[in-house]
Amino acid sequence: MEAKVVSRHSHAKSRGRLIVVEGIDGSGKSTQVHLLDKWLKSLGLRTFFTEWNSSEMVRGIISKGKRKDLLTPTTFSLLHATDFADRYERNIYPLIRAGYFVLADRYIYTAFARDVVRGCAESWVRKVYAFAVKPDVILYFRVPVEIAINRILEGRSKVKYYEAGMDLNLSNDPYESYRIFQGRIMEQYELMNRKDEFVVIDGTMDIEAQQAASRKMIMPLISGVAATTSGRSSNGYRNTQ
Amino acid sequence: MDIEIRSKIKSRPIRFYDEGISYLKQLEVKGRLIVIEGPDGSGRSTNIEMITSKLEADGHAVVTTGLKRSELIGPGILEAKRNLSLGDKTLALFYAADFADRLEHNIIPALRAGYVVLADRYIYTLMARSAVRGISKTWSHRLFGFAIKPDLAFYIDVKAEDLFHRIFQKYGFLDYYESGGDIGLADNLYTSFILYQNRMAGEFRQIKRKYGIIGINGEGSVSEVNADLQRRINDYLHSQT
Repeated sequence: MEAKVVSRHSHAKSRGRLIVVEGIDGSGKSTQVHLLDKWLKSLGLRTFFTEWNSSEMVRGIISKGKRKDLLTPTTFSLLHATDFADRYERNIYPLIRAGYFVLADRYIYTAFARDVVRGCAESWVRKVYAFAVKPDVILYFRVPVEIAINRILEGRSKVKYYEAGMDLNLSNDPYESYRIFQGRIMEQYELMNRKDEFVVIDGTMDIEAQQAASRKMIMPLISGVAATTSGRSSNGYRNTQ
Repeated sequence: MDIEIRSKIKSRPIRFYDEGISYLKQLEVKGRLIVIEGPDGSGRSTNIEMITSKLEADGHAVVTTGLKRSELIGPGILEAKRNLSLGDKTLALFYAADFADRLEHNIIPALRAGYVVLADRYIYTLMARSAVRGISKTWSHRLFGFAIKPDLAFYIDVKAEDLFHRIFQKYGFLDYYESGGDIGLADNLYTSFILYQNRMAGEFRQIKRKYGIIGINGEGSVSEVNADLQRRINDYLHSQT
């Protein structure tokens, strides 16, 4: 039956675990979640990796809308919610129930941050995503905006229109717009950090130190989740590479 | 007549359900939004054509809008419906995104320009379809918190058995989704259609009360049903001038 509010899922019913990484672009979270996936697999656990805006069905529509500049903050929000729901109904929720470690590179908090910055009411966005279970742990990779931006822009000739938040008319210069936009998203993350039980990981530390800190937070979740007998890394659903 | 009527209709603030679209809250609209709901075969399209002609003859500028017509998402929905592995929440959000696109790109601009907007179905059909598929009504209500409250909304009521004959005589076959084929209600499409339409009608009885929708008896002849609708619309428009 439908969950009306975001609630921590019952471990009795759903034996798996949901691990979420959040942070602004360039915070290093994708590298970290990749290493977490490798680690959990090496322990013989079944894992599933899912990332934001990756449902085949919705992606075509979103990119068409982006090309034609047709997206408003509300349609932008709802299309990303559709993408999320598709991955949620198809993979995330059934696999948690089946005992998997589901690793999500961005989750509902990304929507809360981006949609609010684009001008949607926060209370509305939260209601739209009310069906999503609360993660067991949310690792928030905190990095100063300037460092994150330099990581992203290094070796890139341009930033894309929506990626830079150009639809918000923050600046005519895409780089300046990107800076302001990422700064505002960071503000939203910091506000959520107070109420949504984030675990803050210092994203300026070296990669190994961040990974060690992340694993320490996940360790307590491992007991009680059965490993596969052979310890093989294939989960039969999707290669996470 | 034209100038006389329209000059008497004053601008007023846009009225949303719930939170509304926060970045559009300051808008003023001049036009009127009239919604015609009813199942396939209830005579919606015929009535909308007749009402349009009458309103235009009386000097009103009219635009019509329906579901599945957004430039952004429309074709994607048809494709998605064929892909039956789509989850119910995913589909609900997909339809909501499509509706939002039409709301912001067609309905609101037309209302600002002073048009009478005739909506061939509205959020109520989307809510009823979701409810029949087990989705929380509270969630649907909150999801559509961004929609505009219509000035007038009608539901054309026709018995399921009569709908069946009307549709079959006109097209020679039933629409799979409109017959609830995706829910697995019966071993044949006729029984499924009757059960599904009765459930939809049951949801609409509640929706009519909750959202103040006027029930129209759709069992009569086309001209009888249309005369009933025209009279109510005329009464409303005259009460506004």
